[in-house]
Amino acid sequence: MADTPIPLEVRNIRKRFGNNEVLKGLSLQAHKGDVITLIGASGSGKSTFLRCMNLLEQPDDGELIVHGESVLFKDTKHGREPANQKQVVRMRAKLSMVFQSFNLWSHMTLLENVIEAPVHVLKQPRHEAIEYARQLLERVGLAERADYYPSQLSGGQQQRGAIARALAMDPEVMLFDEPTSALDPELVGDVLKVMRDLAEEGRTMIVVTHEMAFARDVSSQVIYLHQGLVEEAGAPQDVLGNPKSDRLKQFLAPKH
Amino acid sequence: MIDLQGYGPRLFQGALLTIEVAGLSLLLAVILGLLTASAKMSRNWFLHRIGTLYTTIIRGVPDLVMMFLLFFGAQVGLNMITDWMYEQFGWDLYVEINSFVAGVITIGLIFGAYMGETFRGAFLAVDRGQIEAGRAYGMTHGQVFRRIRFPQMMRHALPGLSNNWMVLLKTTALVSIIGLSDMVRVAEEASKATHQPFVFLTIVAVIYLAIASVSEWGFARLQKRYSVGFTGGDE
Amino acid sequence: MEWLTSLQTLLSDHTVLTPANLARYGEGLTTTVQLVFLSLIAGLILAVPLAIGRGSKRRWIKLPIYAYTYVFRGTPLLVQLYMIYYGLPSIDALRDWKYWDYVDQAHIWALIAFTLNTAAYTTEIFHGAIKTTPRGEIEAAKAYGMSWGLRMRRIILPSAFRRALPAYGNEVIFMLHASAVASVVTIMDLTGAARFIVTRTYAAFQPYLFVAVIYLCLTFAILYLFRYLEKRLLAHLRPVEG
Repeated sequence: MADTPIPLEVRNIRKRFGNNEVLKGLSLQAHKGDVITLIGASGSGKSTFLRCMNLLEQPDDGELIVHGESVLFKDTKHGREPANQKQVVRMRAKLSMVFQSFNLWSHMTLLENVIEAPVHVLKQPRHEAIEYARQLLERVGLAERADYYPSQLSGGQQQRGAIARALAMDPEVMLFDEPTSALDPELVGDVLKVMRDLAEEGRTMIVVTHEMAFARDVSSQVIYLHQGLVEEAGAPQDVLGNPKSDRLKQFLAPKH
Repeated sequence: MIDLQGYGPRLFQGALLTIEVAGLSLLLAVILGLLTASAKMSRNWFLHRIGTLYTTIIRGVPDLVMMFLLFFGAQVGLNMITDWMYEQFGWDLYVEINSFVAGVITIGLIFGAYMGETFRGAFLAVDRGQIEAGRAYGMTHGQVFRRIRFPQMMRHALPGLSNNWMVLLKTTALVSIIGLSDMVRVAEEASKATHQPFVFLTIVAVIYLAIASVSEWGFARLQKRYSVGFTGGDE
Repeated sequence: MEWLTSLQTLLSDHTVLTPANLARYGEGLTTTVQLVFLSLIAGLILAVPLAIGRGSKRRWIKLPIYAYTYVFRGTPLLVQLYMIYYGLPSIDALRDWKYWDYVDQAHIWALIAFTLNTAAYTTEIFHGAIKTTPRGEIEAAKAYGMSWGLRMRRIILPSAFRRALPAYGNEVIFMLHASAVASVVTIMDLTGAARFIVTRTYAAFQPYLFVAVIYLCLTFAILYLFRYLEKRLLAHLRPVEG
């Protein structure tokens, strides 16, 4: 373990919006092949925590170590900011994110979306990127939709396309920010299936989700957040099967 | 102090003339706009075509060319009509199209077409249920128009109206070319006579910006009034 | 039926369409197209960086650009043209410049005025389009390791240009029509040709009618060009056929 660096480690992350401290010192280690699910009520800070991991939100305090490389920060009059934009770009390229609202680039076809970052960020040769992209689209069941624009696809197809786009980066860690929350119920299944397959092949994933079945069956670790703090964490059978705090019990209680 | 070399009063009168031309043109444009909108929304095939033809031609021809056409052409046309009347009925009429009339009519005609589009869009934006509710309570066609459609339409039309007015205001500068002594013409003459073009033209530019700012403020207030009952004040 | 015969004489009046006059209209058309095309291209080149700067967080970048677009969009083009046509030659330092004689032409002054004018409008059009780029798409670009420059070049500008297309089409037509004021500073553009022919012949207004038709045709040509471009470049906003 010591010779291969941990894909992602965050230590003591704090974040405040105005007077409201939403993350009160959160830490996490994602080893290779880990699938970590972050659960919690809305407002618990789980999405903000995930967005701090690739600096879409700037943490006010804490450490971020991607593949053994610690991200450098500096203090400016606007608050704490990354010291080196080049380093930020480099570390983001190692983490790819799948968003709740897909965020495919609307002026590009699906295939163009998938090859965009590999060609322009990773500088892969275009034909290689296209070849790989076609394989990935095949995998997520969208081979015939390669030349469609995002607006011409259903939500589920867009999200599977977005997962293909994330895979094309060959990321160290994949970050999923409530990937099924914006989907119609009947489209959730296809997306979850793709995610299960990824977990099985040993991808390192950090997933913010409300899908308890997915958390229970797929994850290696479940973290329950409440008001910016870790309330309970551990193996899914412990956290979900045998919750200790009343809050988690209430959170897990069937709502209907 | 800026030395206006005696051009101050003329510049002031020019500014008043600019406002006068703009105001009258706006009035004409609003009337024509409402007529055009009605024509374009009417089920009458002929009226619809007339409305479309009018908007198409106006949008395709430069303001200045339009103004020359009207200034010189309308006079010829009018002369033909008055000559004919004299020969037929012995009426001795002479109507002169001066540059003021030509300017106001041209600008009114041009912006009537744009206003027509604005009003049409605004009328179509009024919820049909509102009109039906008025009908259901026994209001006549005219009452529905005056009490419900028009006030609701204004809320949708005001942003476009305000926009058209700003463009119209700038278009009035063209009347200086057909010989009207608006502030642009005064400034141009003063520039040539005094060799201080920046002084006079800057004053004119500032007056345009000032009128625009004042009207922007006025339109914002109107918008507020017509948006009563709608959160946020605008869409 | 006196008026009918007078209408006939009017129509058989060949002062408008003599070969010499037709050549003048032709030259006028060329001048108009040249002036409009060159100022649009120059305005476009200026507008892209200005629009990016207009959306900057830094006030010392964004405020001067806003002031520029505010003034040029808030005042008539004719005043701007006079400002440059009468104003620049009144600056002694400029007249002493050794290349002065080359630039001291009405064409150059009109080109400068038109360029500054259209650049101001185009800046605001692009700024609006850049501002409405979906936030999520920019976030995705950041999350995939794109630098600011790459995001601008690959994501924000291409999508903004497409969204700006209809408004820019209107600006092109506006510029074509506004260019008629060039005739006021002695330039023989289309309108200038008509004015010249009016002063030389007995035709009172027919030349204006003639150029009005030409402008109308040009307007339609531009309209169809942009409709075609929109169809091609805005394909991603249309639902798929079938």
